[in-house]
Amino acid sequence: MNVQDWFKSGNPWIWLNAAAVSVSLIMVFGLLALIMVRGLGFFWPADVQLMDYTDKQGQEIRLMGELWGEEEATRQTLIDNGYKLTGDAEFITRYTLKTGNRDVYGADFRLIIEPGIKNKSTPDNALVVVRREWGNFYGFLTSIKENGTDLKLSDEELWTEFEQRNERALDLHDEIVEIQKSDIGEVNHELETLRLQKKRYELDDDLTPENLAELDAKRKALDARYALIQKRLNELNQDITRDSFVARTADGQVREIRFETVVKVYQPNQMSLPSKLGTYFANIWEFVSDEPREANTEGGVFPAIFGTVMMVILMAVLATPLGVIAAVYLREYAKQGALTRTIRIAVNNLAGVPSIVYGVFGLGFFVYFLGGNIDRLFFSEGLPAPTFGTPGIMWSSLTLAILTLPVVIVATEEGLSRIPKSIREGSLALGATKFETLWRTILPMSSPAIMTGLILAVARAAGEVAPLMLVGVVKLAPSLPVDGNAPFVHLDRKFMHLGFHIYDVGFQSPNVEAARPLVYATSLLLVLVIIALNIVAIQIRNRLRERYRALES
Amino acid sequence: MTETSETRTHGINIEALERPVGPSDLANEEIALEVSNLDLHYGSSQALYGVNMVIPKNRVTAFIGPSGCGKSTLLRCFNRMNDLVDGCQIKGEIKLHEEDIYHKGVNVANLRRRIGMVFQKPNPFPKSVYENVAYGLRIQGVSDKRRLDEAVEKALRSAALWDEMKDRLNDNALGMSGGQQQRLVIARAIAIEPEVMLLDEPASALDPISTLKIEELIYELKQNYTIIIVTHNMQQAARVSDYTAFMYMGKLIEHADTNKLFTNPSEKQTEDYITGRYG
Repeated sequence: MNVQDWFKSGNPWIWLNAAAVSVSLIMVFGLLALIMVRGLGFFWPADVQLMDYTDKQGQEIRLMGELWGEEEATRQTLIDNGYKLTGDAEFITRYTLKTGNRDVYGADFRLIIEPGIKNKSTPDNALVVVRREWGNFYGFLTSIKENGTDLKLSDEELWTEFEQRNERALDLHDEIVEIQKSDIGEVNHELETLRLQKKRYELDDDLTPENLAELDAKRKALDARYALIQKRLNELNQDITRDSFVARTADGQVREIRFETVVKVYQPNQMSLPSKLGTYFANIWEFVSDEPREANTEGGVFPAIFGTVMMVILMAVLATPLGVIAAVYLREYAKQGALTRTIRIAVNNLAGVPSIVYGVFGLGFFVYFLGGNIDRLFFSEGLPAPTFGTPGIMWSSLTLAILTLPVVIVATEEGLSRIPKSIREGSLALGATKFETLWRTILPMSSPAIMTGLILAVARAAGEVAPLMLVGVVKLAPSLPVDGNAPFVHLDRKFMHLGFHIYDVGFQSPNVEAARPLVYATSLLLVLVIIALNIVAIQIRNRLRERYRALES
Repeated sequence: MTETSETRTHGINIEALERPVGPSDLANEEIALEVSNLDLHYGSSQALYGVNMVIPKNRVTAFIGPSGCGKSTLLRCFNRMNDLVDGCQIKGEIKLHEEDIYHKGVNVANLRRRIGMVFQKPNPFPKSVYENVAYGLRIQGVSDKRRLDEAVEKALRSAALWDEMKDRLNDNALGMSGGQQQRLVIARAIAIEPEVMLLDEPASALDPISTLKIEELIYELKQNYTIIIVTHNMQQAARVSDYTAFMYMGKLIEHADTNKLFTNPSEKQTEDYITGRYG
């Protein structure tokens, strides 16, 4: 077969199509695989290596830690970096060792080169302590202290005692956090309400002695309640500081660590595979369900997940009615002329406006103008501290709703135009008005298309970060936008977002090296959240399609 | 071409459809609709030219004519469906019991409740059988369950669909056969008890058995409704109608008793058409 015939046969075209699809698939799965491997590996309780290491200066030190990464360095680079090398290997393996103990060494990581390592071992009693501050501790347990006095325990008793006391401290810690969050939070919230109430009375010239007395009485009751809580809290704090343990680092330095600072402890070198797996999944769960610690470089990302999902759902709730109404007007009511065409083109072009522009618009219009006016009208007692006149989750959702509006409008218009004329005529011929026809027949039948628009909108909104930085996202939000204090949903609050979390942890954190796996893990999570939101939307759409199948016939 | 030999070859029992001795003169009939000097333009092209006719009450009137002759257009003037077409202009008058339906103050939705319509292709809504039939009543604000139940049953019985459908009222109407769907659409129109029923080629998309059922149905419905049917099928017109109007190129050529029109047309064009010389 000559080239021309081959070309005519369409085969090259098919190959080209297949190649395009393959490239896309490889990119998608490659990306997913990369962030999965990098992100999920982080949670594995790796063995702790103990070794003798000769450093640049020729000093022999003992190091202990987890192998974090390895790379091939050229001989010249290492010499330039001040290493004294023997042998003639051109490439030398350089490891990153996570030695932890930031309070002892000043850094979490240490670069070591292969030739310097001697006597590598994985001692069974190596201890990894995840702490609330100063990062991980790697060392060996020596003794346990109660109120500062050594309990003088034998080696066999030491570990059981350790676990018990750790358990106790964790329980106490949970209780303290619970009290701080809910009880004290509630009292503070009520005190703040009282303060605003008083200010409202002042503004309304209504601060009569009766009102004042009532407020004072309430305040006294709250103060008394607060004192009680504070007392309980003091007791707990007393209790939790009772125990501490003494541990020795690899190079023999001794540290006393209070149990209250411990998040969890494990001895990876003597863990069996099932218990490692258990720890692995517990770590993942902690990542998903916990709050961040240490400037977001440790702990979990739950507030970010919550913020992302809530913001997207709010966005969908705002964008859908607006988009559908606009599309119905454009398609059903507006006269199809030059003006309508211009508006349609403008709407389509809105989808192409860079998202940061929407952020600026949101900040200027929603936050300062709308929010500022809302504050002046309804929350004047709180001024000069703004209530809605400051970035918050509602303004973020609104900004993203505007951003995704074109997608919803276009998809809805598409859906409306696909409804057969015969269905409209059927309804009209039964004496329905145009509105009744729309409401009872056309819109329900267009709902799958509307859902398609929503799916696209959700996919776009969930991944958007830039505008959010201007209108509501923060590095660390003190509380979720939903909590137990009336009115339970606080749309004025700032929130955390997975996308911004990635940026913040990966590029703004004080400990970039330690946080890198978190970047991958958070990215994976963000992708999963978007996939989950999409699957929900697609399920709804499929159900609607099933119900309004008329279009296919 | 005469009706009898042709229809027999279609296997249709003409006796069941045969009307009693037909009315022979339009002048003796009670008038339901009256069209005078009706011109209709779609943009710059004219589709109807000075149509004058009367539609007798409680009779079946058939519109026949070649494709594009304006018979569907005329039909759609009766319930103002042409209002939906951009650039459609109508001159002249159509009176429903002495009221001009194109008068300014006319509520079009109300008019369409009085003049129901069934389309060429069955167009049930993607809802249950029950909801399809109840649609018109719900629009009118009826929500009493018992009243709806009664109306749905009555309409389905009138459309000869009750026995087939009474156990499947909650099934999606789109799962029914084409013939059933068309009868459902008729039931839907009957449910709001219009005065006039417009049928726009109601059987053209159906198989012969379903067609027969629809024709039987038309015959039944004529007791209570004024029916206008547009059809391509001259045998059908001959079978079901009392009067037939022949249209050609946007003009009404002849309108007479069906028997007379098919056996002894007074116009040359009519004769040419029914004998198959064109169309």
